[in-house]
Amino acid sequence: MSVLSLIEVSEGKIKKASYEAAYYASKVAESLGTDAVAVVLGTSSSDELSNLGNYGIKKVLHANDARFDTFDSRAHTKAIADAANASGAAVVVLSFGPNGKLLGPRLSVRLKAGYVPGANELPAFTGNDLHVTRNVFSGKAKASYLTSTEKKIIAVSPNSLSPVKVAGTATVEAFASSVTDADFTTVTKSVDKVVGQVPLTEADIVVSAGRGLKGPENWGMIEELARDLGAATACSRPVSDVDWRPHHEHVGQTGITIKPNLYIAIGISGAIQHLAGVNQSKVIVVINTDPEAPFFKAADYGIVGDAFQVVPALIAEVKKFKSAVH
Amino acid sequence: MKILVPISKVPDTTSKIAFTDNNTKFSTDNVQFIMNPTDEWYALTRALELKEKIGGEVVAINVGLAENEQIIRKALAIGADSAVRVDLDPTDAYQVAVEIAEHAKSGGYDIIITGKETIDYNSYEVGGMIAEALGWNAVALVSKLEVEGTKALATRDIEGGTETLEVHLPVVICATKDLAAARIPNMKGIMSARTKPLAVVAPSGAAKLTSIASYTLPEKEKQVKMISPDNVGELVRLLHEEAKVI
Ligand SMILES: Cc1cc2nc3c(=O)[nH]c(=O)nc-3n(C[C@H](O)[C@H](O)[C@H](O)COP(=O)(O)OP(=O)(O)OC[C@H]3O[C@@H](n4cnc5c(N)ncnc54)[C@H](O)[C@@H]3O)c2cc1C
Repeated sequence: MSVLSLIEVSEGKIKKASYEAAYYASKVAESLGTDAVAVVLGTSSSDELSNLGNYGIKKVLHANDARFDTFDSRAHTKAIADAANASGAAVVVLSFGPNGKLLGPRLSVRLKAGYVPGANELPAFTGNDLHVTRNVFSGKAKASYLTSTEKKIIAVSPNSLSPVKVAGTATVEAFASSVTDADFTTVTKSVDKVVGQVPLTEADIVVSAGRGLKGPENWGMIEELARDLGAATACSRPVSDVDWRPHHEHVGQTGITIKPNLYIAIGISGAIQHLAGVNQSKVIVVINTDPEAPFFKAADYGIVGDAFQVVPALIAEVKKFKSAVH
Repeated sequence: MKILVPISKVPDTTSKIAFTDNNTKFSTDNVQFIMNPTDEWYALTRALELKEKIGGEVVAINVGLAENEQIIRKALAIGADSAVRVDLDPTDAYQVAVEIAEHAKSGGYDIIITGKETIDYNSYEVGGMIAEALGWNAVALVSKLEVEGTKALATRDIEGGTETLEVHLPVVICATKDLAAARIPNMKGIMSARTKPLAVVAPSGAAKLTSIASYTLPEKEKQVKMISPDNVGELVRLLHEEAKVI
């Protein structure tokens, strides 16, 4: 028996969210009294992968095969299922990211395994039953999932737990799956990454602004605050609808869902459709002129004040803080 | 080009979330149900746009009881040519996916377009499961989709950006925002929806893989700590010392 975690690599490097999946798998293995194993598909080095030992992984199955560098959900699923069978995995753990959102469901069907998407906590076991909690209704409630299938799959929601490093190196073994050339039918045509900025979905801190800012010319201070905090920028829907800000910054029910450690909302009223995309943030700060703005009900810290005064003052304080700690 | 669009029924976002039966069931009291927004605005609409461009047929499918026919008729009013309802009250995403895959197996479809997630369970499950059950390729979080002959070009979200993948048909596409411009049904659509074919089929009866043992609501509303606008330094101190997020 083992607990298998899927570790994703990009340009040879382990993705940040995959370290969390590794740590989660090692904790699950601990509670089952077994070892955590990782499977890695695509080009990487043993040097890079042996680091997984610091996250509790004992053994890495590495398919060092460039064909996996293009994401083909069908081929990847087949190879991961092979690794799950080869390692006798009772539980497969992956990250609830862009790839995991297809791989988890596909593996569920392939392995006839109960699947929990976006778990927020470590699971509990009673006999063959696995219980694990996840957020539902856009974070307005939690549901305790139960599955009793022989194999189980958990996709961990990013930023759910903070990995604690341990001493150790993982042994890296070559892994040959049953995939053949015919399984690879996807071709990457182009990749378009946001450069020079923190990507919104991966940011620990997000500075977001809404219609309260009056016009696109006032976003200089938002960008400056974000730069000083090492944060990404986001906006409410009406702001991207009128093109004050690019569409990829739009968060909410119809935009993207984020859950940073810190979300700073400036001049945003806090409509329920906006909250749906951000209310799983760990800490929320709201700056708004209107003390009755609904956003204050979802906030941890609030300032009733004019953004045009509060934000410049905040920038000055953050600069002071940063120069004091560095 | 034959396109299948699975649609699901979800509580409107503004619904009050409450549970009954000792917190094991979602309470439908006073809840208004709608078609899942990403299914309607992006998946269905892109399917219609592709049909208008290259010809073909769009079929909507729902796994649910007769009460769901209201949202199925809406899909027909927006422009789907016909619809199928699999007569089953499903208890997990796997059951939904298996039923849709069963229908798709003999349907001669080229593309299945789903929404990215439902706004109730937010679980991103059904699209990937259908693809695996059919042995098809799939691309998720798709914000652009073009079809050329037997190939599709799909632009999907990745960490920190997007990438465009070329895949062969048949394929499952899970839509995200910007895939299409939402449409509102017009009078003609609403009238014709009444007479468009809606087939009711019996379920194949796959067993579920997961269940929800119980629900919990957040214990209490958050207690907000207010800070004076003249003392912004205090906010920085609290974020560092108390919240430990900077
Ligand atoms: C089906 C549906 C889906 C939707 N999806 C989304 C979504 O995904 N994301 C989203 O964001 N919205 C969404 N909306 C829109 C949503 O309902 C709100 O209309 C929107 O979030 C409001 O944006 P806002 O807070 O920027 O603007 P407003 O509601 O106009 O709020 C502006 C706020 O700024 C404050 N303000 C004004 N001047 C200042 C100042 N000088 N300093 C500080 N504060 C100031 C005001 O007090 C006010 O609270 C959706 C709506 C519907 C119907």
